Amino acid sequence: MLLSRNWLNEFVDVRDVPDHEFCEAMTISGSKVETWADPAAEISKVVVGRIMEMVRHENSDHMWVCQVDVGQAQPVQIVTGAQNQKVGDLVPVALAGATLPGGHRIEDGVLRGVPSHGMCCSYQELGMTDHDWPYSVVNGLFILNSDPELMAADPQPGDDIPTLLRLRDTVVEFEITPNRPDCLSVIGLAREAAATFDKPLMLHTPEVKTCGGDINDYAKITIDDATLCPRYTARLVKNVKIGPSPLWMRERIRASGMRPINNVVDITNYVMLEYGQPMHAFDFSCVDGGHIVVRTARAGESIQTLDGKDHALTENMLCICDEQKPVCVAGVMGGANSEIVGDTAMVLFESANFNGTSVRRTATALGMRTDASGRFEKGLDPQNTVKAVDRACELIALLGCGEVVDGVIDVLPAPLTETTLKLEPEKVNGLLGTDLPENEMRAILEKLGFAIEDGVIRVPSWRGDVEHYSDVAEEVARFHGYNNIPSTLMRGDTTCGGYSEEQLVENRVGEACRALGYDEIITYSFISPSYYDKIGWAKDDPRRDSLKILNPLGEDTSIMRTTILPSMLEIMARNYALRNASVRLYELGRIYNKRPDGLADEPKILSLGAYGGMDFYRLKGAVEAVLRALRIENVRYEAERENPSYHPGRCAKVWAGETLLGVLGQIHPLIAKNYGVEPEMYCAELSFDALLAARGATPVYKPLPRYPAVTRDLSLVCAEAVTVGELEAAIRDCGGQYLEAVEFVEVYRGAPILPGKKSVTFSLRLRAEDQTLTVDHADEAMAGILRGLEERHGAVIR
Amino acid sequence: MKELLRELRERSLAAISGADSAEVLEGLRVQFLGKKGELTAVLKQMGKLSPEERPAMGQLANEVRAALERTIDEKRAALADAALRLRLESEAVDVTIPGEAHRMGHRHPMYVVLDEIKDIFIGMGFEVVEDREVELAEYNFDKLNEQPNHPAREWTDTFYFTEDSSILLRTQTSPMQIHVMERQKPPIRMVAPGRVYRKDEVDATHSPMFHQVEGMVIDKNVTMADLKGTLDQVAKRLYGADTVTRFRPHHFPFTEPSCEMDIQCYKCKGKGCPTCKGEGWIELLGAGMIHPKVLRMSGIDPDVYSGWAFGFGLERMAMARFKISDLRLIFENDVRFLEQF
Repeated sequence: MLLSRNWLNEFVDVRDVPDHEFCEAMTISGSKVETWADPAAEISKVVVGRIMEMVRHENSDHMWVCQVDVGQAQPVQIVTGAQNQKVGDLVPVALAGATLPGGHRIEDGVLRGVPSHGMCCSYQELGMTDHDWPYSVVNGLFILNSDPELMAADPQPGDDIPTLLRLRDTVVEFEITPNRPDCLSVIGLAREAAATFDKPLMLHTPEVKTCGGDINDYAKITIDDATLCPRYTARLVKNVKIGPSPLWMRERIRASGMRPINNVVDITNYVMLEYGQPMHAFDFSCVDGGHIVVRTARAGESIQTLDGKDHALTENMLCICDEQKPVCVAGVMGGANSEIVGDTAMVLFESANFNGTSVRRTATALGMRTDASGRFEKGLDPQNTVKAVDRACELIALLGCGEVVDGVIDVLPAPLTETTLKLEPEKVNGLLGTDLPENEMRAILEKLGFAIEDGVIRVPSWRGDVEHYSDVAEEVARFHGYNNIPSTLMRGDTTCGGYSEEQLVENRVGEACRALGYDEIITYSFISPSYYDKIGWAKDDPRRDSLKILNPLGEDTSIMRTTILPSMLEIMARNYALRNASVRLYELGRIYNKRPDGLADEPKILSLGAYGGMDFYRLKGAVEAVLRALRIENVRYEAERENPSYHPGRCAKVWAGETLLGVLGQIHPLIAKNYGVEPEMYCAELSFDALLAARGATPVYKPLPRYPAVTRDLSLVCAEAVTVGELEAAIRDCGGQYLEAVEFVEVYRGAPILPGKKSVTFSLRLRAEDQTLTVDHADEAMAGILRGLEERHGAVIR
Repeated sequence: MKELLRELRERSLAAISGADSAEVLEGLRVQFLGKKGELTAVLKQMGKLSPEERPAMGQLANEVRAALERTIDEKRAALADAALRLRLESEAVDVTIPGEAHRMGHRHPMYVVLDEIKDIFIGMGFEVVEDREVELAEYNFDKLNEQPNHPAREWTDTFYFTEDSSILLRTQTSPMQIHVMERQKPPIRMVAPGRVYRKDEVDATHSPMFHQVEGMVIDKNVTMADLKGTLDQVAKRLYGADTVTRFRPHHFPFTEPSCEMDIQCYKCKGKGCPTCKGEGWIELLGAGMIHPKVLRMSGIDPDVYSGWAFGFGLERMAMARFKISDLRLIFENDVRFLEQF
């Protein structure tokens, strides 16, 4: 909402408040100011000049050399290429050093050899259009004496042009919250300003001079749908003379960000800006049968709107129609078929109240948000329609551009109700933490137009947002000042707060990943259904059954992921495309599994992803470290050949006892190819819930060993098919009480080991708790281990 | 004999002071003080002295021994010191050669900021809460006092899973307020971060998925003064003890009175500069007293309890904190970006 401070002063005199202070105070009382500006800020040193003499330029067939009186002792010489001026004309002159809109600066110059000390201006050069200056020619200098209204001010050479053109103003841009459509008007903001600065609000009651007759003899109005149109008020004007509106009106409309058109249209916009009530003017001769019908569109109907665009209408769109056809999309835009044109003789002013949601949906569907629809959609005051239409007719008389027919048609299908509330000062103070006396509350409310009698607040019709004592508290707080409410720290029972056990484990997992060199990523929860193809899932894989967004932004973000893998792969692929040679990434993100009730189970998955200098055992080492950080025990890895996303020979399932934690391995080369990544990609997907369930308890201190250990290296030869895990398990099983640790050292293949066999080396540590282990004991333990290895796996010492 | 001892003393001290290594010194010690050394040899002649001469000579001999021993110890220490200095010198390294690489991973910048925020609230007795993202419209809108025709409910603004608009991706973290109120009895102090979704095309300031942080306090006699005092403290913890805050009226359907909290621009101290777009203030968060209707709908009696709540966008806060100019960087996860935090 753009507000002209000149206009505002008509309703509340705040001329003595500087702009900065005005904006700050309005913001603090709840009408947030986005910015403010002087519309003429860019114009300086531009004055009225009188052309005293003009001669042809000696080196040009079209330029003139003018001597111009600019109110100084001597006329200044100015060269111009314009042709529409004559001696004696008054024109705007930008003197040397002047600035113009768009940052242009005028300096002394020489044009084809002739010195020129300034520039005579067109209105375009002053940043305006033919809508602003209807009496001036479009091409050429702005001849001030061609405009009778300007001449009425008796301009003299040297006078300040922005002042003459009435550009000196401050225009304030407000961000009005959707609960306050009443503030989308000069009067609404004046009411706020009056309360903010404690100044009287000077409201004006429109007085309509009529010419007799009876509107009911000409027009009839029927509301078919009272839900969508709770009120429709109209007045009729005859003998209309269409022409430009006066300068003061054009300036206010322009300052408010709209464009002057003609007197009748300008009046509707002026009233909308002033009262916040959108209006429409119909050329009444185009209303068939003189009968306005407010109804929803019929199938197949269409309309060309004032902007020249054709729209097909649907059956839920409210329209203003005559007996045959729609003539206006209610609350959005009028139809071209009833537009005010130069020879319009009779005008019907509409001042109506429409259902906000209906207007919003229609405007959105037609792709045309207008000043009117933007106001209607927030829900307007139904009591405002009569005042507004009266004001429009008052302006018709003031501008002398028509005769108002007697009578108002005001169709109000259902009576309006008034909201009343109890004034409960103790509840208000209780909510605010203040100790304000009741009379201060009353004073604030009364300034805003609330009436209070016997402890009952009558809420004014324009404050549909006030319906509860908490709303009253807000009004009191706004004008007492939010910043005058004390600041206290919380009282009451002490609460423990802190992280839950689950959150602590999450934090632990993140710390472990980062300690291992993995960077955290955040990925979108939604993916494309094609991503399931991309990671190699079978067409009938049940995990493809995802929650589907019915109105997605696009295919790529249309379903909720049931796997975190494609999100990780996308990010790795992007980094590879960005030429990052190696990455280590992790995410603790949710997946979304459909539930029968339509909602989702949203378990968290820890995903790791890496490429560049990676191999299976590096990834596995990282996974092991994370599991150790959570003290997870009984971990085992099982070769996984069936997972279609992973390399069948380099993939493992991880178990903790009988709990499946997840999967890790190299991404299948064909899948990697789908993502355009050449180096081997490695990923792990671990269920956070499973990690949480498998986490170990708080450790209990074990006394440090008092006796030395014996270390024995064990190099075995066994068949290829025997896994290191099997050998290690056998060693642990047969190690007896002294075996303390088994550490894998290496696998060796090649001479002298026979083909089909391999050599595996372990380092074993043996220790007795109560004595220094003797060689005999150690030998005995080793012998047992060797026996077991040979029996179980045919493994013998090398 | 006296003469012998004096001569031995002079000679041995000269030799010791000339020793240039621990080995030579040890040789001298043996030569002079050893069991078969020269001093022992001299002392063996003590028997030839008269009983009257012996004590004096014995004392002299002891003095010589003590002097020798002291001088040898001193010399040994000096030699060790010199040797150590030499060794350390030879072991010197070029400290400008880079250290062995240990790459730590990085917390995502947005969660760096979130961790700070969570810590501040935990310090004030708040719990951290999470909840579902696939949500019922009832929780996302109805129970938050959002009118049935509220524009945010439109299919152009919110992602839906059902034709009847009953199941959606939550558009705000505020439904977590409702879940907590339904689960827990006051006193409640909670902070609830999470992902939220709105139908916005991706650009420098928009993303269809982003993060909010919600907070809520409910107890007996909770007032707007408490809201102000607490959030002012939070701002000071986040932006420094000299941070100035102000509260402006605003509008949210689920709070009344509602407000926004601004902090005075940390760059220009309120004068107006490009960082604060000339306003002197930077908007930080929205807050307000929980609407009594909302409390009642969630089973908390507004005649007994009152509460306040706040919410803000995490991306915007992280972007301001780290001067990140484009929201897309947050979700691109380029490691060159992630490594900076």
